[in-house]
Amino acid sequence: MALTSSLPPVLRESGQREVFCGLTSIVWLHRRMPDAFFLVVGSRTCAHLIQSAAGVMIFAEPRFGTAILGERDLAGLADANEELDRLVGDLLARRPEIRTLFLVGSCPSEVIKLDLAKAAERINTRMQGRVRVVNYSGSGIETTFTQGEDGALTSLVPLLPSSPEPQLLIVGTLADGVEERFLSLFARMGLEAVRTLPPRQSTDLPPVGPGTRLLLAQPFVADTVRALERRGAQRIAAPYPLGVEGSCAWMAAAAAAFGIDPERVAAVLDPLAERGRRALEPLRRKLEGKRLFLLPDSQLEIPLARFLHRECGMELVEVGTPYLDRQLMAEELPLLPEGTQLSEGQDVEKQLERVRASRPDLVVCGMGLANPLEAEGFATKWSIELVFSPIHGCDQAADLAELFARPLNRRELLQWN
Amino acid sequence: MELTLWTYEGPPHVGAMRIAASMEGVHYVLHAPQGDTYADLLFTMIERRDRRPPVTYTTFQARDLGGDTAELVKRSIQQAVDRFKPEALLVGESCTAELIQDQPGSLACGMDLGVPVVSLELPAYSKKENWGAAETLYQLCRGLLKSQVPAPGTARPGSGRWKDENRRPRVNLLGPSLLGFRCRDDVRELRGLLADHGIDVNVVAPLGARPADLIRLPQADANLCLYPEVAGPLCSWLERNFGTPVVRTVPIGIGATAQFLRELCTLLELEPPELREADQRSRLPWYSKSVDSTYLTGKRVFIFADATHAIAAARIASRELGFTVVGLGSYSREQAREVRAAAKELGLEALISDDYLEVEQAMAHAAPELVLGTQMERHSAKRLGIPCAVISAPLHVQDVPARYAPQMGWEGANVIFDSWVHPLMMGLEEHLIGMFRHDFEFVDGHLSHLGGASAPAAQTMAAPVDEVAEVTPLSATPEGGALRWTASGEAELSRIPFFVRGKVRRNTEAYANERGVAEITEETLYEAKAHFSR
Repeated sequence: MALTSSLPPVLRESGQREVFCGLTSIVWLHRRMPDAFFLVVGSRTCAHLIQSAAGVMIFAEPRFGTAILGERDLAGLADANEELDRLVGDLLARRPEIRTLFLVGSCPSEVIKLDLAKAAERINTRMQGRVRVVNYSGSGIETTFTQGEDGALTSLVPLLPSSPEPQLLIVGTLADGVEERFLSLFARMGLEAVRTLPPRQSTDLPPVGPGTRLLLAQPFVADTVRALERRGAQRIAAPYPLGVEGSCAWMAAAAAAFGIDPERVAAVLDPLAERGRRALEPLRRKLEGKRLFLLPDSQLEIPLARFLHRECGMELVEVGTPYLDRQLMAEELPLLPEGTQLSEGQDVEKQLERVRASRPDLVVCGMGLANPLEAEGFATKWSIELVFSPIHGCDQAADLAELFARPLNRRELLQWN
Repeated sequence: MELTLWTYEGPPHVGAMRIAASMEGVHYVLHAPQGDTYADLLFTMIERRDRRPPVTYTTFQARDLGGDTAELVKRSIQQAVDRFKPEALLVGESCTAELIQDQPGSLACGMDLGVPVVSLELPAYSKKENWGAAETLYQLCRGLLKSQVPAPGTARPGSGRWKDENRRPRVNLLGPSLLGFRCRDDVRELRGLLADHGIDVNVVAPLGARPADLIRLPQADANLCLYPEVAGPLCSWLERNFGTPVVRTVPIGIGATAQFLRELCTLLELEPPELREADQRSRLPWYSKSVDSTYLTGKRVFIFADATHAIAAARIASRELGFTVVGLGSYSREQAREVRAAAKELGLEALISDDYLEVEQAMAHAAPELVLGTQMERHSAKRLGIPCAVISAPLHVQDVPARYAPQMGWEGANVIFDSWVHPLMMGLEEHLIGMFRHDFEFVDGHLSHLGGASAPAAQTMAAPVDEVAEVTPLSATPEGGALRWTASGEAELSRIPFFVRGKVRRNTEAYANERGVAEITEETLYEAKAHFSR
């Protein structure tokens, strides 16, 4: 089925997927909320995954860990529950600064049907308000990579206080600096009541209610949006704040939702847009006409493709996405050029064959695939960097483009004779 | 249930991946959910491999669980065989698939694939990566060699049979694998060493071997068990079934390399190696004897690694460099007995643990001047402000150097001398910087490579809840604050080189507590020094 009149049917594939599971998002979520601890209830594989995705062990005692299930836990769920309570008790005694504990479900805990919601309830009662315990699933049988954040945020929604007051709620983790910049820009437009989810302190939860308008900073928070909508909030339709165009449209949509005078908005945004485009110009010259293939990974692929095509002049060979959420992509899809081939899901071997056949100039992919593709002669950009770097906003548009220009520049720099 | 923050070893199926990825012509079908594909990056990023590991994941999802996951497994197996045309197929499951009991191995065996199939059962909830690697190598060889096993009672060929067969003696190098420490270079070094002694290499496995090479394993006159974590069970099985003797001495360091050669030559009925060989071929003996190395004497070293490298490091440190080993341990439970024996020889009790916090605590307590460890200990040592050299897996990309840097053999000893002494030289430099820091020429920006971690206690007290606060203090004053350091005491303490300062502080406080002294002055410090030097 065609998405919009100008796009060919989506290529749907089911085969081997080469994508991280939702546990990976703990790597940035725990940094966002320094008073929260993420306890994965899973296997040694889960611990090893997070460790490998995080790169190196920088912290002696990070604010995440894995309760590794042993054979005894599998033999009897009663024992597993008891063990979990004991382990959480020890952990919280050791880390008294923790205010919110996320119990994170994994593939094994889902398969043995360990009820983490019940566990959270039990521990909440015992902690008597000293620590709040919530749960969500980051399992790879249900979630991919960035979807873990959606689960974590959804688990916080029932805890949000109610308020009918008009406010803008930005949903999805932004880099701290980028977020501050957006807040100050909104303030300049006269929009002061702006809150964020996740907050920077897990206890400083924003209120929600009929006056709340949701502005999505990330495209992977579908369940969170639905949960917030059930509490009366309404989503503002906007593209995502990647690139000058996306960021301006994103801020303008929020301002319009609050009835702010378009002239006042333009007075704030126009100089930013002009400066952003100026900064992009040299990068556009580098990227223009270059052919781009995006493998499914972070769920940012569609907005990135839109930015790289419209503002950097790249040609889109294929835009893969782990899953296609039509509602949350409704403002992005019409901005893609006519004929863009989207693919949903993955059959990695077949997709790599398409990469080889189409000889793109740049491939965006996960870390497992980058070096093998480089060895085959393709320039690559590993996508995990996109979820760790400040890439949102007009001022970051050139930085974002630079991430894609760098591999191409590097290839030109290197000489062997 | 056990709380783990960072782990030394991955799950056992990652061990199986190491075997498959080390070899040529082997493919591994792994029944596992999509998240488990993260393991590819261990090979493509840490080892900088130019190709994906030869692994097909079924990447089943929750919605598949209601249906027929067994069908998915069979489809994945068939597609992998058709696409990759392997010479041998490994079939197994990761932790989650183990729970749904599809038994992919049995499914594969019933499929008539036209290639040898080895079904792997690696219990994910009780075993770990190295065990998984050893079991996989053993099961693969056993599967391929089953039909060749001689009947019980068959006469075993003697290890001197090469003379009768009018050829050079030949041996297998067993154990080198990807994600092992410097295996690639160790193989090259040993090939040279063996060639010098007229010994041929029959098969190296798993690194670089094809299934057809494994079938030739019994043709060797001896097996060299280079990394017991990976090759131990295979060597024992070959010894029991084919009568192939095993050399178990791991040739890391001068003494061990010499011992390895003696054992091997005796076994193969060759001329014993010349005693001068070590001095002629390696610089370590002379470098260690040279006067510049005097300052290495008695340096306190803390060692924690896999068993192979921990035991080797303890021997080199204590006998060949004149260090004092103040702590020895390993995360390799399967080899705990050997590590305990090595520790006992040095008058220590081995620390066998996979809890890196326990290791860090032991490290802080031992107050070493050098740490030899894994990437985990490198980070702990960094926090404690102690120089560190990495000697074992788990690795980081920086532990896979571009240059030739073996650990085994004569050149390995050279590499070890440089890489262990280098961080210590830096330690001495650190001391000089400390000495000169009050000179007017001294620039504040002249910070140490240790990143200011040399005063962790003060930082810990001052910092709010952030990364810095997660540093474990090197020495904490006793609770209750009964002890007080006077200005003169602190001043004297600050003149002591940073790398022993923690120990001096602790000793002085222990001494003061013992004597009921509440105030520590410079005199207390010297009294304590005299007390402890007895």
